[in-house]
Amino acid sequence: MVTHIDLKTVLRRTVCELFSNLVTRPTGAAVRGGIEQQLALVENPTLTVIDFSHVGLLDFSCADEIVAKLLLRHVAEADPGHEVYFLFRGISETHLDAIETVLARHRLALVTDDGSGCVRLVGELDDRQRATWEAIFRLGCAVPDDIAGEAGIPAEDAGKVMEDLWRRRLVMRNEQGYVAVGATA
Amino acid sequence: MTTVVNVPKSLDDHRQVETLLEQVAGVPADAKLLVDARHTTFASPYGLTMLLTLAQTRLERPGFYPPLAEDTGSYWARSHFYKFAEELYDFHGRAHPSTRTGDSSVLLEVTPVGASEDVHAVVERIQEKSQQILTEELRLEPAATMRFTMALSEACQNIVEHAGRGGWVAVQRYRWQARLGGRKVVVMGVCDAGMGIRASLESSPARRITDSWDDRVALEEAVLNGISRHRDPGRGQGFRGIRSFLDKWDGKMGVRSGTARLISPMPEWNPVPDEPTLEENLTPFPGTQLQIIIPERVS
Repeated sequence: MVTHIDLKTVLRRTVCELFSNLVTRPTGAAVRGGIEQQLALVENPTLTVIDFSHVGLLDFSCADEIVAKLLLRHVAEADPGHEVYFLFRGISETHLDAIETVLARHRLALVTDDGSGCVRLVGELDDRQRATWEAIFRLGCAVPDDIAGEAGIPAEDAGKVMEDLWRRRLVMRNEQGYVAVGATA
Repeated sequence: MTTVVNVPKSLDDHRQVETLLEQVAGVPADAKLLVDARHTTFASPYGLTMLLTLAQTRLERPGFYPPLAEDTGSYWARSHFYKFAEELYDFHGRAHPSTRTGDSSVLLEVTPVGASEDVHAVVERIQEKSQQILTEELRLEPAATMRFTMALSEACQNIVEHAGRGGWVAVQRYRWQARLGGRKVVVMGVCDAGMGIRASLESSPARRITDSWDDRVALEEAVLNGISRHRDPGRGQGFRGIRSFLDKWDGKMGVRSGTARLISPMPEWNPVPDEPTLEENLTPFPGTQLQIIIPERVS
């Protein structure tokens, strides 16, 4: 199931009709609250597209309140029974400045999609995690043996890295194997 | 008894502001001040917002002589300085009205900042004008406009989050005739008379006060090390973000709080000879005051 959340709509609903920029902590906290309300209505597992396309400015404080705290709540502390995946769409270079800063601060990572098929993994990951995620994305759906061949690492290690990527909600798990977030949205 | 405070002819950078503050040192907060700007011919956004902040620190409403020079008075009117000064000062003599409507050099008129909504208003407003000035006049890349606005947003939020009372922001573009080879600059002043960085950090229950703890250490902790009074590890990114933007665009930031002042980044073009990166034992003054300068880019 895919849920689409347009941040400009959430901003106008939760803070003010007149604002088009995501600035200040109170604004970020209110917008995150609006996202949480929508998430409470969807069933697990779900892929939620957080859409920044119509947002002007995103400052560091708001990026921390929206992006970092959302990931900390749903991904970094994820439990196996709570499967929420995020894909961040419409991220501009200036949005990315703020987002990368807060990801580094909290050692988080996420997947972005520019809306035209260009999907990127952003944030704090080591080389092996990044290579594994990219291999899963290329293959569409993969099991550890596939990744061992594709990324050049032992199958046992590949399995551990894939499990770690799943716990960080950067890949989804199904009966056939692992699918990168962003490969299907 | 009334103490007369002479505003320097040019109230531009921190040296002239210090001259102003030194005259107030030791004058009780409930004593009458008369701030005389009659012979002032120029004030930067930092200078204008400092004048408002100075009045905020007084228990007795101070008097104010506006500039005699028509050009100066007219500019101060266009900058909305009088609009707020009249709420804080008793005016002696007539302030010159604005002789023009609008001013392309004023990116942001003197604007009060006391709540999150004010920061939104500042950001919405500055975006209208900054694109053209930053890209065409300062020759920065288009992306710099957004980063500039991010820096402004973070600077204003420091007032909302930490000062404990409202402050002001103003932004202007002008050409330095005698400095930096006549290049254009954008100057931002963000000033408040609140609790200041040291008291803000001291309000954290986790704060360990050491023997060397003072305004200078507090300033370094906040500006250079990203320390905040909040335990939340996501806090304290504002100054880092501002400095990162200024590093990229060869800008300069001076932060004054209490009795200390820190410059970071310190650019090579700095027009103030031998300016120290860190100053201590300045005249005590409440709150936190920022001056940010972004120069025209030269290839």
